[in-house]
Amino acid sequence: MSVKIYVPRDSAALAVGADEVAQAIEQQATARGIAIDLVRNSSRGLLWLEPLVEVAVGGQRLAYGPVTPEAVESLFEAGFLTGKTHPLAVGPIEAHPYLKNQERLTFVRAGITDPLSLEDYQAHEGFAGLRAALALSPADIVQQILDSGLRGRGGAGFPAGIKWKTVLQTNADQKYVVVNADEGDSGTFADRMVMEGDPFMLIEGMIIAGIAVGATRGYVYIRSEYPDAIFVMEEAVRRATTGGFLGKNILGSGKAFHIVIRKAAGSYVCGEETALLESLEGKRGIVRAKPPLPAIVGLFGKPTVINNVLTLAAAPYILSHGPKVYADFGMGRSRGTLPFQLAGNIRHGGLVEKAFGVTARQLIEDFGGGTESGRPLRAVQIGGPLGAYLPDSLLDTPMDYEALAAKGGVLGHGGLVVFDDTVDMAEQARYAMEFCAIESCGKCTPCRIGSTRGEEVIQHIQAKPAEAGAHAKLLRDLCSTMVNGSLCAMGSMTPYPVLSALDHFPEDFNLTAETHKAA
Amino acid sequence: MNSMTAREAQAVEAALSRFQDEQGALLPLLHAVQDTLGYIPKQATPTIASAFNLSRAEVHGVITYYHHFRQTEPAQHKLALCQAEACQARGCRSLTEKAEAALGCNLGEHTKDNRWELEPVYCLGLCASGPAMELDGKLYARVTPERLESLIRKKELS
Repeated sequence: MSVKIYVPRDSAALAVGADEVAQAIEQQATARGIAIDLVRNSSRGLLWLEPLVEVAVGGQRLAYGPVTPEAVESLFEAGFLTGKTHPLAVGPIEAHPYLKNQERLTFVRAGITDPLSLEDYQAHEGFAGLRAALALSPADIVQQILDSGLRGRGGAGFPAGIKWKTVLQTNADQKYVVVNADEGDSGTFADRMVMEGDPFMLIEGMIIAGIAVGATRGYVYIRSEYPDAIFVMEEAVRRATTGGFLGKNILGSGKAFHIVIRKAAGSYVCGEETALLESLEGKRGIVRAKPPLPAIVGLFGKPTVINNVLTLAAAPYILSHGPKVYADFGMGRSRGTLPFQLAGNIRHGGLVEKAFGVTARQLIEDFGGGTESGRPLRAVQIGGPLGAYLPDSLLDTPMDYEALAAKGGVLGHGGLVVFDDTVDMAEQARYAMEFCAIESCGKCTPCRIGSTRGEEVIQHIQAKPAEAGAHAKLLRDLCSTMVNGSLCAMGSMTPYPVLSALDHFPEDFNLTAETHKAA
Repeated sequence: MNSMTAREAQAVEAALSRFQDEQGALLPLLHAVQDTLGYIPKQATPTIASAFNLSRAEVHGVITYYHHFRQTEPAQHKLALCQAEACQARGCRSLTEKAEAALGCNLGEHTKDNRWELEPVYCLGLCASGPAMELDGKLYARVTPERLESLIRKKELS
């Protein structure tokens, strides 16, 4: 019998040589006359260990990583095919504390299955949620989503069930389900990992949403910076269609659902839902004024469920296990789990799915192992480029939408970017304004002009310490205009990283205790 | 106005025949043209506009709004370095300086001989293993200055 070897195909593995490792393994096996069965699985999310090679031995999967093509020969020599030890040995992967201490509901198949195998997917509970949904009325499906407490995972945290209910109750000849897969926030990659690693789960979530609200067409809007995700999703849609899960008659139910994959074109603001809809319609990605809500007047003017990848990916679990099981995880009004993403200067970066309520410190220290550089941690940006920078003293805040907001933070899409003490926080603040200036859609003045003026003011603070106090005051005033006067989160939240940097790290802005207080 | 070359016209026609009847398919059409030619010819704007029943201004607006679309021929090699926060925390600023020195052009520019262009990119989704970059369509993570130089050298020799 041939030995089963797993080499991930996630782009975080490919970018550090997974294809070359897979090739080297095949060459070595051929040269040694050993029969192997090489599976290209998804990633477990222990990204510092990628490429993470696993071998199935005695009912266990033993891992080795990070494996380089050069190390492959020594792995064979050491006898890794029978689970022998080696300097790169990680041991039985399922028992690894990084994995064992997670609560994986959405990422339950991560690293285990071949992403494009329908058989693998179904052998691991795949399409159980869809089958459950097909036995329910649309209103009952929506009720289950409501009961689960699921909130939009894109950042705003709006209850998904209410969105779905609005679309269900709006009459129209055509409705749509749109997936926001324009994951542009630095420090986040969970959407990418879902699409590359478990695409059928997203497809299943979309079909469930379609059946629930009466939509027959779905679009997945994927950023152009994610070529691997686009490739996998397109192939998965083809296979799901051939398998009878998509098309005119889903699993013989008489219900129809079709999916189109659309490639974005490098505009950050298209992650904002109305700009995304404009882009899907073939226009510039300019933000729409709300109301009307997309649930009533959405894509092509029709009622549209527009949800983040992780929101829809949670639906199959909720339908197959029941809303209560999902809602039992979490705290306060944040129910269920969130796939957190540990990024930046961190020793053990990767994906950690935990119930809401875990603290940033637990994530960064217990899972992440502190900074990669070994230097003291200075700041953590949570929630992407529009999220606040938190100092060490605030890291014990539970990761929950409301608890974090009470400390001036934003949970966003669950990304944590760690910086050590070499960071210049005034420079980070300047960059936040620069990024807004580059990416602003230009529709509203506070964002379009404010970002450019904001960058200039911060440059003044950096260049002229004597005038820092007066300019800091000006910066606060400008930020207040942006927060209160912008049309969408791009302009109204860019002040979060700026002001949090100013509040928590005034010394980087050439401010003394007095000038900081006065500003 | 100059007309398109035969190759350009053919690429635009092929893309139009595929996407003209699909609702809201201007972006897929532009992607198809750029995937074939490497750029979207300026002279294609009136043709596309008339096929989509749009004004030239609308089509021009879309092409120039999105960072991904371009109207000039790309350099032989394209190096895109991530400039976003997670890569900043892992040293992308100094890596960018190294790349600028090695190629002899600044970020956002191309070399005089148009052999190289050096572009900023804002997140490749490799935030746990930065600094990350894309070189001629292939992703690289945990890029050290040495690795960057050897990759550039390899391309120079190819």
